[in-house]
Amino acid sequence: MKRRRIFQAVALTVGFAFLYAPILSMMFFSFNNSRLVTVWDAANSPTLKWYVALFRNEQILDAAWLSVEIGAMTATGAVFFGTLAGMVLARFGPFRGRTLLSGMTTAPLVMPEVITGLSLLLLFVAMEQAIGWPAGRGALTITIAHITFTMAYVTVIVQSRLAGFDDSLEEAAMDLGARPARVFFRITLPLIMPAIVSGWLLAFTLSWDDVVISQFVAGPGSSTLPMVIFSKVRLGVSPDVNALATLLVIVVASIVIAGTLWMRRQERLRDRETRLALAENK
Amino acid sequence: MNEVQAANGRAPAPGLAREYVRVDRVTKKFGDFVAVDDVTLTIGQGEIFCLLGGSGCGKTTLLRMLAGFETPSAGAIFIDGQDMAGIPPYERPANMMFQSYALFPHMTVAGNVAFGLEQERLAKAEITRRVGEILDLVKMAPYTKRKPHQLSGGQRQRVALARALVKRPKLLLLDEPLGALDKKLREQTQFELLGIQERLGVTFVVVTHDQEEAMTLATRIGVMDRGKIVQVGTPTEIYEYPASRFVADFIGSVNMFEGRLVEDEPDHVRIESGELGGTVYVDHGISAAPEATVWTAIRPEKINIGRERPEGPDNAVRGVVKEIAYMGDISVFLVRIDSGRMVRVSRPNIVRQADDRISWDETVYLSWHASSPIVLTQ
Amino acid sequence: MSRSPVSPRSPPAVSRTRFGAGRMWPLWEWLFRIAPPSWSEYVLRHWSGRKVVIAIPWVWLGLFFLVPFLIVFKISFSEVRIAMPPYAPLIEWLGDQALQLRLNLANYTFLLTDDLYVSSYLYSIKVAAVSSLWCLAIGYPMAYAMARCTQTWRNLFLLLVMLPSFTSFLLRVYAWIGLLKNNGVINNVLMALGVINEPITMMQTDFAVYVGIVYSYLPFMILPLYNNLEKHDPALLEAAADLGARPVTTFLRITLPLSLDGIVAGLLLVFIPAVGEFVIPSLLGRTDQLMIGRVLTDEFFSNRDWPVASAVAIVMLLLLVLPIMIFQRYQTRELERRR
Repeated sequence: MKRRRIFQAVALTVGFAFLYAPILSMMFFSFNNSRLVTVWDAANSPTLKWYVALFRNEQILDAAWLSVEIGAMTATGAVFFGTLAGMVLARFGPFRGRTLLSGMTTAPLVMPEVITGLSLLLLFVAMEQAIGWPAGRGALTITIAHITFTMAYVTVIVQSRLAGFDDSLEEAAMDLGARPARVFFRITLPLIMPAIVSGWLLAFTLSWDDVVISQFVAGPGSSTLPMVIFSKVRLGVSPDVNALATLLVIVVASIVIAGTLWMRRQERLRDRETRLALAENK
Repeated sequence: MNEVQAANGRAPAPGLAREYVRVDRVTKKFGDFVAVDDVTLTIGQGEIFCLLGGSGCGKTTLLRMLAGFETPSAGAIFIDGQDMAGIPPYERPANMMFQSYALFPHMTVAGNVAFGLEQERLAKAEITRRVGEILDLVKMAPYTKRKPHQLSGGQRQRVALARALVKRPKLLLLDEPLGALDKKLREQTQFELLGIQERLGVTFVVVTHDQEEAMTLATRIGVMDRGKIVQVGTPTEIYEYPASRFVADFIGSVNMFEGRLVEDEPDHVRIESGELGGTVYVDHGISAAPEATVWTAIRPEKINIGRERPEGPDNAVRGVVKEIAYMGDISVFLVRIDSGRMVRVSRPNIVRQADDRISWDETVYLSWHASSPIVLTQ
Repeated sequence: MSRSPVSPRSPPAVSRTRFGAGRMWPLWEWLFRIAPPSWSEYVLRHWSGRKVVIAIPWVWLGLFFLVPFLIVFKISFSEVRIAMPPYAPLIEWLGDQALQLRLNLANYTFLLTDDLYVSSYLYSIKVAAVSSLWCLAIGYPMAYAMARCTQTWRNLFLLLVMLPSFTSFLLRVYAWIGLLKNNGVINNVLMALGVINEPITMMQTDFAVYVGIVYSYLPFMILPLYNNLEKHDPALLEAAADLGARPVTTFLRITLPLSLDGIVAGLLLVFIPAVGEFVIPSLLGRTDQLMIGRVLTDEFFSNRDWPVASAVAIVMLLLLVLPIMIFQRYQTRELERRR
């Protein structure tokens, strides 16, 4: 028993130290005055000068805004297509082309990004030649590419959420006179809403994070934030990137933690209501 | 189980009822598996018809075809004279109560019940009125604002019932309606269900694997086995006159002996059974080939147990008591008869304390009335 | 919604009433009038709402996931040209109206003969394999320890595992530069402690790439393992102990075999994308030995040799087809099991 506790503690400590040490060191050195990043300039630190520099950097700000736009469009599109695909796979039973569809939704989960990027770029070039659309490459092509690889994640989330629900709920609604479209909007959609929300956030994050695929399908003048960062850090460490990373970690961590706490609260509330009701009925 | 038996007070009147549902040679296949095999059935208006069978016998599939969730592979279903082929669930005059109740978890009790009426585009006031009415009927009026997770099992069952009934269907399909309730609650709810059915005059089709439930609820029972309907009849008919060994064995418990027809007269038959080690005399004729192999089935409660050998050569056999199970209202004796077979006998405990109670390892004689044995040819 | 409400062989008359009962009736009425009868009948018979719903994701994925591969496949057989796009068409009309099909296998033979490509493929596979095994070695104990915690701790640890992957992947790889480089944190600390006198070169080595990949992909190893281990019934372990098995035996005979599905899924989730990894080796890796993802991008962007880049991609896909199919089988099974 005791030995297991020790094992647990060691495994988790080492693991989480490995996961968090780089992030924490990066955050720490973002307050360093020295340009040498990893050499702590004790005399003039901590300082916020890299944060100030960051907010004066037009290129980074523009790229960040473009990334937000693309991320939001991607997430919305991915949720639309991914929810449909998840519905179809979880609820529509057998149909012709089902195996192929399920293959096309799981393969992007592991497909190396260089392959996805290359193939989509070649498609866009071929399409432009053949039908003149999409004309040139930019935010639109990046969005299409991102939707394609992120919808797989939404599909999996929606599908597994649906699998957790009895389909008799939908049958009951149909039995009570609701047509399929109505059943979807009144019953299915509210039930899978949590999956859709987390799918949206995940798709946004993936899009916001992607550099390889964007690099292939982006045109001149449409540099997303990861592309800008990548070209910067390829040349070595740079303190304003540390500042950017710190801000990002703080924002993301607060959103994720707040979301989790909120969900936990809802759950606990629900549990309490259930217990109260059951106690009362005794 | 068997104490429910013939004590069913409901008057079966299938002969008088107008035909409401007709299942005409319906077959349903899932791939190679035949779930429902060439079933033909008519159900009268106002009946409570129970489909009874073990798991996987096809009863739920048949119910789902009535509701419109499955399409028959062959055959046709008529409800109120109308062919149901191609009519989706949302346009059928039937409503269903699901085994899991399928209450919408994100809606209140009132919202759940109102859902069906909203689909009919009724006026708001009308919906509120009818929801209130039906919730009163099932005694759920104080809980309208609750969500399903805040209800107990019995309350959920009532809401599911109200939700199905509020649309005033002519036909209500119930899939194991009491399966999720504990025993006490189940008994109480059974009678409430009967009361509601009588007041509204709805035709019920109930699917159940619980014979006790079927016996109490049904005006008629259809026993299903491996996709086929093996017998249709009133509870009394099914229990007292089972048509086959399967039905006799499935409903209640029974002692079954294989034998040979040695005397076949219009007013009586005599059967010689090696398994019994004696002959059985039955006071009515049966239709079977002479010398045919038949089975004699005798219910445990119809067998007398005593220390003295009864008179006459037939319908009596000697044995030794091997096991006694005291169950409060009755006692069950397992007796090894001379042929080596175990026979199950049940006796009501009429007096609280009997001094001459039969005990373990006593030699006893088992006997029965000539009208009791059921003779089965299949 | 699960089963088709209407049997597919229902006659058009029924379909007509099905559409007709809705508010869309005038639209259908109008369609009947303008469309040729055979066409509208076809639409009504074959395009139920169900089919439209299936068609939408199908068409999208078909167009943007399936067709691109066919194009890559096609281009991998053509010749390079100085033009836009920089490759020759496969099928060309010759002057005398003859059709010429040029299937050019030169790109593939080129890949086989040039040492650069073969060694890059082998190196990529080696890096991916070593990294996924390291992920397993670190991830399994973590997942196991998490699955044995109480519910509250489990949720907290799960959140902690996921949290880094929600922040930028690129920035997390970048963070390692600060740690690994010659005057980076690790070397500074070790030198300050007197463990070493000279900084150890860690950047641009295999080690740095392993660290980067293991670090980035660790959550993908932990999550399927945790999902699997968490479902194990603790009674199984008690039963094994009751039957006289010592903890190590219990682990080897009960837990490990039961978690095989999770192990396979985790390994594949790391291995497959790691083979084509581009960002990590570009930032942390060697310059004398490239991974295949880097070779592909260089071929495409620097050399502008689209046919060879396509051939590189096709060969990479062929290498990964088997692992991808195994992964898919696992994934489908996992989703079916939840039902």
